[in-house]
Amino acid sequence: MKAIRSMLFVLIALVILVSVVGCQPKQPTGPATIRVLTMEQAGPTVDEMNSIVAEFNKANPDIKVEIEYVAYDALHDKITTAMASNPPAYDVFLGDDIWYAEFAKSGYALDVTDRISKDMHDKIFPAAWDITTVNSKVYGMPWLLDEKYFFYNEDLLKQAGFDAPPSTWEELLAQSKVLKDQGVVEYPMVWSWGQYEAAICDWVILLYGNGGSLVDDKGAPAFNSPVGVKTLSWMVQTIDDGYTNPASISYVEEDVRNVFSQGNAAFAVNWTYMYDLVNFNDKESKVTGKIKMALMPGFEGSGAQSASINGSMGFSVAATSPNPDAAWKYIEFLTSESIQNQYSAHLLPMRSTSYDGENLTKLEAYTPANAVTVPMFNEQFPFAHVRPKVAYYPEASKALQLALQEALTKQKTPEQALNDAAAKWVDLAK
Amino acid sequence: MQRKRTLAQQDMLVGFALILPSFLIILGISLQPILSTLYLSLFEVPRGINLQNTFVGLGNYISLLSEPIFWATIGRTFYFTVISVGTELVLGLAIAQLIHAHPPGWQFLRTSLIIPWAVPTIVNGTMWRWIYNADYGALNGLLFQLGLIDKYIPWLTRPDMAMNLVILADIWHSVPFIALILQAALATLPPDLEEAASVDGATAIQYFWFIRLPLLRPAILVALIIRTVEAFRAFDLIYVITNGGPANGTVTISFLTYLEMFSFGHAGRGSALSFLISLFTLTLAFIYIRMLYRPEEK
Repeated sequence: MKAIRSMLFVLIALVILVSVVGCQPKQPTGPATIRVLTMEQAGPTVDEMNSIVAEFNKANPDIKVEIEYVAYDALHDKITTAMASNPPAYDVFLGDDIWYAEFAKSGYALDVTDRISKDMHDKIFPAAWDITTVNSKVYGMPWLLDEKYFFYNEDLLKQAGFDAPPSTWEELLAQSKVLKDQGVVEYPMVWSWGQYEAAICDWVILLYGNGGSLVDDKGAPAFNSPVGVKTLSWMVQTIDDGYTNPASISYVEEDVRNVFSQGNAAFAVNWTYMYDLVNFNDKESKVTGKIKMALMPGFEGSGAQSASINGSMGFSVAATSPNPDAAWKYIEFLTSESIQNQYSAHLLPMRSTSYDGENLTKLEAYTPANAVTVPMFNEQFPFAHVRPKVAYYPEASKALQLALQEALTKQKTPEQALNDAAAKWVDLAK
Repeated sequence: MQRKRTLAQQDMLVGFALILPSFLIILGISLQPILSTLYLSLFEVPRGINLQNTFVGLGNYISLLSEPIFWATIGRTFYFTVISVGTELVLGLAIAQLIHAHPPGWQFLRTSLIIPWAVPTIVNGTMWRWIYNADYGALNGLLFQLGLIDKYIPWLTRPDMAMNLVILADIWHSVPFIALILQAALATLPPDLEEAASVDGATAIQYFWFIRLPLLRPAILVALIIRTVEAFRAFDLIYVITNGGPANGTVTISFLTYLEMFSFGHAGRGSALSFLISLFTLTLAFIYIRMLYRPEEK
């Protein structure tokens, strides 16, 4: 028995030794490696992001940036998992507006309030700073200033005899009816109503465009109001009437883009990036030159002329990164005025100075898409709404996604589904 | 010569020394994670840096077991497992027998069978997501060309249909595995049994039912255990094809665990779910072994 005991002792000692040695952080040698986690979706393409990294690495021989891409829907979970190790798997990550409350509470994102110069602060839109600011502390640089826009296929509309896009959702239904009855297009509308965050974004547009809101002044859920129920019922009805492509229930933004690019929808709602790809990219689109953007419609008599969703994102330094200064340097480079202007086809600049006088003319001339998206941004952004900044947002959002899906697939009535989700939100806030 | 240890003790010592490396590996990669999962499942774990865990005892388990969403998820997981493994077994057995009959080109058939199995699940999922796409997917294209449908069908928009389509993707991926195992087992069966049976006047069905199937039982057991445990933990196909939608229609127990653990940051509840999955799969394996390894067949 003694033998077994001593054997066990040796064994335990070995295990401890192995785990201690295995956990020692490696001492950095040579250039500091900055690992960046970002997404491949809505925004600059991978090629564009890679060339920004190459430019930075060339200018900074003492820093080596390595960049990694995931889909938007994997981003949040990848960040929070990476932050569990020390040092973290990434030094810089792209965070969505809706996660910053959680990142601030958990301490994952570095407080960079002191690193923001007055000049930087004043030049960038206040709405952009709102993305990364929680309780008046700044947790990152705003980067992807984006909102959803209303797109229409002018060619299809003309075939049905319409010269102008709809300015209300009611008008849109009337046009859809003609488009469908005349056989111009089978399903005039395509949406991203799959069980993803994308569904929440589309829902916010319709809800606020109908005079509703997600939460009231005290932060309590308000989406299950009569207006909310009416809006969700409207969504269900457009599927029943065949105006909305029924596959929308399983779609995300890329599916919307693919359907719209094939000319299989007359109306679509999507982020900025779609305009360039659908209207100018022959390889990706069959309808180049036929796509226009217009102010997002609102519902008649709701008091809301238009409404959109603010889907902006920011870049943050991981709080436990061993190289916060190098990491911040890269973020500063990525968000600098010249880089922002250079890559503005898929990503609009966030400095208000980029939209003034001579700069605006220059910005609009950078790419063919900019001539349309830049003025559109100025017109639509005042109507963009943010989702609640709460630490439990991912779980609250999943509950609301489920409610929308339950109503769209007719598992529950819109009223029942929204009331259940609202009850969950109240629980989560406790 | 004052050796204290007897021969038996020496043997034991050598034995321990020999199993030590494998024991260490098992301890490191299997026992330690399971034990820390069990430990973590007894706490409420806040998400963040330098935060304290709160001991809640069996609180996570109790709250999970009292939630309807948990039981709905268990129901869906069983549905997924039973339908997918059951179909795979029947199809796999049929394909194995087909190959065993050595039709012309059987070697080509056997080799090409490996392809679906060799495709990584994520790639498989992405492929089926495209196939099922309502507007430009191959499934609608095929059925439309064949004249079986006159209008494209939005496949993944009904919870029950979405579940069955995910199961179909899983079957496509896993049938080859069962077919290959059973085909290998068939190849080892002594041919004289078949001759004896035919001399005695047994029909093909009798031969299959009373001779071949009982002899295949150990191979079926192995295939069933592996596949049931895999199907019970199905995650990647669902994550890629439906993301749990529509309306949670494809949320299985592993997907729920992923949501709790990684999306919502409830490491305690997530660990409790993981541990429950282990318990379920262990029980399943136990039942199979009792059912299929009958004592007289030792």
